[in-house]
Amino acid sequence: MTPFTYVRATDAQTAVRLADSRHPGVRYLGGGTNLVDLMRETVERPTALVDVTGLSNEITETDGGGLLIGAAVRNTALAEHRLVRSRYPMLARAIVAGASPQIRNMATVAGNILQRTRCAYFYDQAGSRCNKREPGQGCDAIDGFNRMHAILGASPSCVATHPSDMCVALAALDATVHLNTAQGERRLPFADLHRLPGDEPDRDTVLQPGDLITAVELPALPLAARSAYRKVRDRSSYAFALVSVAAALAVENGTVTDVRLALGGVAPKPWRPLAAERALRGQPATEAVFRAAAAAELAAAEPLRDNAFKVELAQRTIVAVLGELAENGLAGGGA
Amino acid sequence: MSIVDKGKEAVQGIAQAVVKKAVELAPGALLPGGRPDPLIRRQHGHIGKPVSRVDGPLKVRGAAPFAAEVALDGMVYAALAYSTIARGRIAAIDTALAEAAPGVVLVMTHRNAPRLNPPPRFLTGDKAAAGDDSPIMQDDRVRWNGQPVALVLADSQEQADHARSLIRVTYAEEPAATSLPTADGCEVGTFMGEPLRAVVGDADAAFAAAPNKVEAVYRTPRHNHNALELHAATLVWRGDELFVHDATQAVAHTAWSLAQIFGLEEAQVHVGSPFVGGGFGGKGLWPHQILAAAAARLAGRPVRIVLSREGVYRAVGGRSPTEQRVALGADADGRLTAIIHRGVTPKTRHSPMPEPFILPTQSAYAAETIALEVQTCYLDMVANTFMRAPGEAVGTVALECAIDELAERLGMDPIELRILNEPDKDPISGRPFSSRNIVAAYRAGAERFGWDRRNPVPRSRREGEWLVGMGCATATYPYHRMPGGAARITLDAAGRARIDAAAHEMGMGTATTHTQVAADRLGLPLEAVSVRYGDSSLPGVILAGGSQQTASVGLSVMMAHQELVGELLKLAGNDSPLAGLGVDEVESADAGLRKRDEPDRFESYASILARSGRSELAVESSAPMPLETMHWSMHSYGAMFCEVRVNAVTGETRVSRFLGSFDCGRIINPKTAASQFRGGIIMGLGLALMEETQFDERNGRIMTRNLSDYHLPVHLDVPEIDVIWTDIPDPHAPMGARGIGEIGITGTGAAVANAIHNATGRRVRDFPITLDKLL
Repeated sequence: MTPFTYVRATDAQTAVRLADSRHPGVRYLGGGTNLVDLMRETVERPTALVDVTGLSNEITETDGGGLLIGAAVRNTALAEHRLVRSRYPMLARAIVAGASPQIRNMATVAGNILQRTRCAYFYDQAGSRCNKREPGQGCDAIDGFNRMHAILGASPSCVATHPSDMCVALAALDATVHLNTAQGERRLPFADLHRLPGDEPDRDTVLQPGDLITAVELPALPLAARSAYRKVRDRSSYAFALVSVAAALAVENGTVTDVRLALGGVAPKPWRPLAAERALRGQPATEAVFRAAAAAELAAAEPLRDNAFKVELAQRTIVAVLGELAENGLAGGGA
Repeated sequence: MSIVDKGKEAVQGIAQAVVKKAVELAPGALLPGGRPDPLIRRQHGHIGKPVSRVDGPLKVRGAAPFAAEVALDGMVYAALAYSTIARGRIAAIDTALAEAAPGVVLVMTHRNAPRLNPPPRFLTGDKAAAGDDSPIMQDDRVRWNGQPVALVLADSQEQADHARSLIRVTYAEEPAATSLPTADGCEVGTFMGEPLRAVVGDADAAFAAAPNKVEAVYRTPRHNHNALELHAATLVWRGDELFVHDATQAVAHTAWSLAQIFGLEEAQVHVGSPFVGGGFGGKGLWPHQILAAAAARLAGRPVRIVLSREGVYRAVGGRSPTEQRVALGADADGRLTAIIHRGVTPKTRHSPMPEPFILPTQSAYAAETIALEVQTCYLDMVANTFMRAPGEAVGTVALECAIDELAERLGMDPIELRILNEPDKDPISGRPFSSRNIVAAYRAGAERFGWDRRNPVPRSRREGEWLVGMGCATATYPYHRMPGGAARITLDAAGRARIDAAAHEMGMGTATTHTQVAADRLGLPLEAVSVRYGDSSLPGVILAGGSQQTASVGLSVMMAHQELVGELLKLAGNDSPLAGLGVDEVESADAGLRKRDEPDRFESYASILARSGRSELAVESSAPMPLETMHWSMHSYGAMFCEVRVNAVTGETRVSRFLGSFDCGRIINPKTAASQFRGGIIMGLGLALMEETQFDERNGRIMTRNLSDYHLPVHLDVPEIDVIWTDIPDPHAPMGARGIGEIGITGTGAAVANAIHNATGRRVRDFPITLDKLL
């Protein structure tokens, strides 16, 4: 770990000002469950940390019937919140599908959003090439172990996946991110926050240095009261998703009237399969339609050496989750 | 392998042949006195009771000091830097930034490391302990990707870690062999000085002629050691003496080996290791203790070294991958006419052995013909080493899946097929079995597990998305008792006893079981017995490996007790009720000695010592050579039963029930034994379903280097595991007990795979069985 200075911010404006004065090399510190690991591995070498866990940890109802979630809310608190569980069950289920209770107790909402890929070549600072870690260095994952890697949205420079479960639900729920920046406050659709690697895989998000996430807002979405998150992984707990599916489905008279879908474990960002959603709206809620919708999205998949199975796995999991939602209105987790 | 190494192995082989010949000539002198351990007959003592761990309270309170918790005055902390190429030379190494970093006391590389003698490689001598004999930091050579190339000492661990990250190494890379197709020097492997090859009749011809046959290739991956406690040592030089607080399963071996490396007398090195947080074969002598001791000498400071999890993967050996072909031929009734088990596994030029996967097949089944062989090829990689049941863990995967495949081909129940082919003597050596009750284990296990509810037709039971199936497999692990066992019994004036032996407590229950055994041996209550262990100054050269520690220490205590009785009778003198009695006429009971057939002639230990004016009486004795294994084929056995649920949509496998039915001789402590069995089975579940080291064949680099990427079973992956045992004492083993530490991992992988086949109709032969293989 490279030596660094540490300062604790009591409010967002102070945090942004502190960060600006320590630029470059400053990072905001949430629960530290990913950043500190990366610092220990010297993948991240901040010279200064601004601790923002003192920022809002409130969850409040908005006028429109949505929720405003403070950036410093711990993952556990969010998953256990009564309104999250009743109005957005997919979000509660996604959070508890991730990490371990100890990690969820520490991790913050903003920290979860900004966590970095778990690609082993990204982490192996001493011995592997990685364009995300060192732009222009090359990528050892493309022809190496890439079972965990992306089948959608990758580029020749990077095939890493975004590891979050929570973010998959946020993508499906059309969340909005509240930011405090040196230029003032602004809002950003969650779907636009993370970016695809292209030829700049070192930039995970569109945020500029010093931009601070202060809150995440969930819109009112009655549809989401009947929603599901299913995560498929290599062991029962404490493993990153090979494929995960967040879904909410409204069916009237046998026809899909509305749908929200997002996929995890398959792309460099929480993946909103808009092609699949288009193929579902207004169509009969049948397995054939679900299958065609999944296939429409996955037609663009470009598997690597080790991860071709994800195409079939994603196909099957989407169909199963939609089928269960259509049947019960409520789908359970994987296991 | 050098000519010298080959010579050493040849000498070992000759020595074993000589012993074998001697045994054949004198089959009566197998155990001391030629009669079974009298404790076998005792039914109402401490043996067999579920005694709680004597070290439990210490551990629960966090008061048991582990190697990385010992604090020494002036201590500095070590961090290692590892190579990033598989083979070549260090062309340049820039340590200037590291040396200038805050808190740094020393940066050691091959340029300034003290000159050391080569580490004595395990099995090359009685007390050789090193898992790898590479001369680390003695030259500029790089022999594997991950080899330590620099060590930093600093005032804090964080400072050492940081300085380590500032070291820049430039390599002159050379072509490396990092995959089997690029390997050279393929030859038949050896294990314990013997070639890994066995031939009975013409198996290839018998297989070709067999009316029923199966033939398949099974692959098991590379594994790394993952004991909960990381490898660690805290050590200090005091003058020319080295004191090491180590985490090791071989204190005496380590002390002797470090003495060789540093050119010292054995007595100048003191190794203590009172508590070890799991060993599994991985806690021997590796580069970290050697380098830390060298750096401590150079810096003149005590040193603590704790390998990171990555460090364990880089510097400590693991289990190598195997590719095993099994071909079974059977007659119309299902009797085996041919067993062929051949395959290949990599090894290195600097480690003691290849993964000996044919071992379980040597005594498994009666067959007219048998052909076994392990081909080994050299790779540039971290050492292959002992990992819980080396050979048997992965060998049973191939053999026991093949048996299941044959049963299906024959339309037979797999248990009945196994019982039909049960041998009446060792199929290769021809020796009688000391005790083999595997059929009883199968019958008891099948009834308890509800095997009769298994539908032999695959994919015939479904509950919602979940396909349900059952499978079974045989577990087997040899009884070992290595030379070197010794123990001391010290009686004090109050008649209490202390047992001293250079044994190890790695969580198995060593201290507890030996308290029970010694209490029964001496006729004492448990409270009157204490056991000292985990220190190289104690008697014996005792490896906590090969599931042999209990036999080794147990027999040593038995021998010491015999001597103790003689000494006590001498001290008792003419005024004692025991006057005039010989050793064979008395026995220990009620904290003293009594005449066997006249229990009223009794005197307590305390009384004997008091009258003779002694404050204590100490006797030390060694265990005799392990001749019992030369005369009998001795093994622990188990029948493993597994029920799985495989998700028809996603391919996810969940083990829903597991039963291990064991035949391991007498069980000394049901509580600690059950933990051993269950722990082995859990490790077997990992082997079956998820454990895999990703070894990048482009550069020989291990890419799974933490417990996030390297998957072990989590709690949710482990169902309630039922364990039962025959508890039939082995008349030829001390206390009637054979080893239990390793057998749990054997057979488990095949039981899971066979259950998956029953559930899904899919036969996966490429381990681990991850969900992508079941889609």
